[in-house]
Amino acid sequence: MENTIIKCENFNAWFGDNHVVKSVTMDIPKNNLTAVMGPSGCGKTTFLRCINRMHELAPDARTEGSLKLYQDEVYDIHPILLRQKIGMVFQHPNPFPNMSIYDNVVAGYKLNGIKLSKAERDDIVEDSLRKAALWMEVRDTLRKKGTFLSGGQQQRLCIARAIAMKPEVLLLDEPTSALDPVSTSSIEELLIDLKKNYTIIIVTHNMQQAARISDRTAFFYMGELAEYDHTKQMFISPKDKRTQNYITGRFS
Amino acid sequence: MTQLEHELQRLKDELIQMWDLVYSQLNKARISLTNFDQGLAREVQQNERRVNGYELKIDTDCENIFALYCPVAVDLRFVLAILKINYNLERVGDYAEGIARYVTGFNLPFNKSILKETQLLAMMDKAISMMEDAKKAFEKEDAALARSTFQKDETLDIINRYAGDILNTFVESDIHHFREALYAHSIIQKLERVGDQITNISEEIIFYLEAKVLKHKKKG
Repeated sequence: MENTIIKCENFNAWFGDNHVVKSVTMDIPKNNLTAVMGPSGCGKTTFLRCINRMHELAPDARTEGSLKLYQDEVYDIHPILLRQKIGMVFQHPNPFPNMSIYDNVVAGYKLNGIKLSKAERDDIVEDSLRKAALWMEVRDTLRKKGTFLSGGQQQRLCIARAIAMKPEVLLLDEPTSALDPVSTSSIEELLIDLKKNYTIIIVTHNMQQAARISDRTAFFYMGELAEYDHTKQMFISPKDKRTQNYITGRFS
Repeated sequence: MTQLEHELQRLKDELIQMWDLVYSQLNKARISLTNFDQGLAREVQQNERRVNGYELKIDTDCENIFALYCPVAVDLRFVLAILKINYNLERVGDYAEGIARYVTGFNLPFNKSILKETQLLAMMDKAISMMEDAKKAFEKEDAALARSTFQKDETLDIINRYAGDILNTFVESDIHHFREALYAHSIIQKLERVGDQITNISEEIIFYLEAKVLKHKKKG
């Protein structure tokens, strides 16, 4: 595949004896929005967490096979450096509760001991909040705590915090599952806009969301990648019976 | 069975009822033409409102399913196919009603040799049999049977192609045949369009079953 940014070949992940991701082979193209779907426990979140080596933080976790960012095996890249290149946003908005909006955005730099001048910090904060479509709403309250924001704004703050590190890839684990439809819609619009500059991989249980915003969809079933195709193709004529049963709600 | 599956089954049942009605309309139009039964032809004209009623109802039901259930994959193809088949069936209903109107509008039975030479009745039988096949293909989800209607449509096209010359000969031999020939030609053209509508229906059945788009492609 042209413009591949993430390349998996026979990639596997375990929690102890539990084989959760089984021989996954897929290429994820740059500046695309890829949705990862599947029933609970199918390995989709574990797969996402392997991409920036969050999986290995769990006890007994291990992986096998190849998972590359461009030409480099992610497991050969230092985790701190890798997580700068591959940012992550979680299901529940989690701004640092004791930090202001401003400090939340530059928290990654602070925590990694990267020193910045005030002017650099200001630029990063404004640029990241603008990219996260939050600047206009918070520019006068940057010193207020991030937790004062609404759920949707907090999630956009988390996206701003992730993109402040200038990543190549953004991983999002059900980023709108805790939000109302209006906030969900604004996050979806934001993600569509962000894919011009970033590669986005989103785990979602919301099939309509996958259909609305993603270019490609990967369907995981019992740890296997059952189907991976262009989203339109997947939602009109899936090739795999398991995908068809899942997306049409006939899953037993 | 999920709620969506129930709704889809209901939609399918409703379309089959409409199909039966349109089939019966076409069949009655044929009988009224053959037997010059103006009463039956009037019945076909009156029943046209029922066909239109089905069309509106099925349209609304499809809209509701889209709005409430957001169908995908095979379900999406099914609802899309139903929406188009609904339109095609309504058109066939219009043609049946149009044929019946010629029967009520004419004061004498059609000249038997015109019907025979132009193969008008054979054409009607073929169109009715296409309707049957397409319905069976839809009910039994049989793509091969749906495909078989394409060949029959070609037969209708051929009959239509030669009908003009045959009718011209009739008119040249006796100018009194003019109005009758004109009516017969109109009926033949309607039947040719019935064939086209049923071809469209078969294409939709294949789209639903196999996710293949056959529109505007050579059927072979």
